[in-house]
Amino acid sequence: MANPAAPTHPLSRILAVATGDKIGTLVVLALLVVLPPLVFPSSFYYRVGAIVWILAIASIGLNLLMGYAGQVSLGHAGFIGIGAYAVAILPQRFGLHGLAAMAAGAAVSALLAYFAGRPILRLRGHYLAVATLGFGILIAMVFTNEAAWTGGPDGMRVPRLVLFGWPVRGSDTWYWIGGATMILSAWLALNLVDSPTGRALRAIHDSEVAAKVVGVDVARYKLTVFVISAVYASIAGSFLALFDGHITPDAAGFLRSVELVTMVVIGGMGSIVGSVVGTAVIVVLPQTLTFLSDYKHLMIGAFIMLFMIFLRSGIVPALREKLFRRAA
Amino acid sequence: MAEFLQFAFSGLTVGAVYALVALGFTLIYNASDVVNFAQGEFVMLGGMATVFLTLAGLPVPLAALVAILATTVVGIGLHKLAIEPARGASPVTLIIITIGASIFLRGAAAIVFDKRFHQLPPWFGAEPIRVGGASVLPQSLVVLAGAAVIVVVLWAFFERTLFGKAVLATAANRVAAKLAGIDTGFVIGFSFAVSAAIGAVAGVLVTPITLTSYDVGTLMALKGFAAAMLGGMGNPIGAVVGGLGVGLLEAFGAGYISSQYKDAVGFIVILVVLFVMPNGLFGRSKIERV
Repeated sequence: MANPAAPTHPLSRILAVATGDKIGTLVVLALLVVLPPLVFPSSFYYRVGAIVWILAIASIGLNLLMGYAGQVSLGHAGFIGIGAYAVAILPQRFGLHGLAAMAAGAAVSALLAYFAGRPILRLRGHYLAVATLGFGILIAMVFTNEAAWTGGPDGMRVPRLVLFGWPVRGSDTWYWIGGATMILSAWLALNLVDSPTGRALRAIHDSEVAAKVVGVDVARYKLTVFVISAVYASIAGSFLALFDGHITPDAAGFLRSVELVTMVVIGGMGSIVGSVVGTAVIVVLPQTLTFLSDYKHLMIGAFIMLFMIFLRSGIVPALREKLFRRAA
Repeated sequence: MAEFLQFAFSGLTVGAVYALVALGFTLIYNASDVVNFAQGEFVMLGGMATVFLTLAGLPVPLAALVAILATTVVGIGLHKLAIEPARGASPVTLIIITIGASIFLRGAAAIVFDKRFHQLPPWFGAEPIRVGGASVLPQSLVVLAGAAVIVVVLWAFFERTLFGKAVLATAANRVAAKLAGIDTGFVIGFSFAVSAAIGAVAGVLVTPITLTSYDVGTLMALKGFAAAMLGGMGNPIGAVVGGLGVGLLEAFGAGYISSQYKDAVGFIVILVVLFVMPNGLFGRSKIERV
């Protein structure tokens, strides 16, 4: 380097803007959505991309709960399932419009999160983990067993979404819908983090007792963010079902919940960009490993362990720290 | 009455297996604060390895012994390769590492063994014994006896041996134990080894009754985890009571309410117990200092 006193590494500047500031984050997310299609060789890539953006909505919501409020949930796939089955069941049984069904699913998720969240969020640590886990498994079990409504373990067809007489189809269309909705949810999440609620959440994360002592209504804020994250997951579930055209109880299963938590932690707790990056890693990794399909699970397990051991704070925070340190 | 007895017997049999899984959880949790989601994979490995060693021509007792030893080595490997390098990580990170390990072991089992269901022959024949109108498989008694032996041996180990006391001391306060000259790193590794061995024994005992395959570990871990929570995390007696409790509730729930929601009963009860007693049946509440 010619000038050792240069203020900062250019990359670190971009990254600082990207992760520290609201507008910067949104710009980076917009670039992440807009740029890849320029080099996509086939529609398969749009398909994978659409799934990344849709699931990122759920992991952004879960990150609000885990990264900001410090509460873990091993049952969030249950809400994905509710959103997914809402757009599958309501239009076919009651002739509801797809969007209305999506809203109904989100409302059910919110109500369920509100009433279940009150007792569950009183629990701490591992007890909270097992309670949310049990809660999620119960929801998945209902989808598996109420076959008259849900088609049982084989799942059911999801009618296509029709907007203004125009049926929404094609991986590329869903890529853009998913990307836009993901950016919108990120924007809402960033506003929440910046609000008094966000500050209260961080206080709870640091120490519940201390937050309570200074007058933060801990129970109410935890419940609020639990409900918000449930709505995020439910909407992601609705999109996923509408995009795929078919839904099975696996969408609400324990492994999906684990996947979501892994996305948040691998990307970086408390980082919205991190959630999107973490989701991309967990969705894209298995796709690139299809050529060794027998070894797929072995490799995914190994990758999860390696990421957690060597990049403990998550990809985005670790990257930021590295670049800042080099620049300083 | 006969029906009631029948449900009770089957509940106690599954419950004994859950209790062993929960004991494994408890041992590792006490020594290292790690909630090991790969605990169910130890049960799977014990059962599957015994099946395949038997198919390879080994007599069943020798196959079981080798399977248990191999699983123990896997447990030590899990500690050395995945848990120890991540020392100081947050609890959520550690949980995800063990979930990663469980996915890894399941994937490895699908390759090393296969993806089909397998069963071992019962130890003392398949002729059920009649007790008060209910019929009990001899293997159920083997499972119960095996679980009882393990509990007694563990109890004697903790109460009667110096090394057992060292494990207890490490569980009570790791820093103080280290200052008193206890090799806490060794104690933690040891607890992983013992947990893996107990899990493998549970797998060997129960495979003649329930089938085994490469993916039976997940549900086993969830039930065992739930049992450990029900009893109060970190309490060995609680783990046994919790395991038997979950097993009995499941059996009665399946028998009297709905067999479809058999797996749900355990979780519903756990949610209710946690809501009423947020630290489980035998857990003590912790005070957070600021």
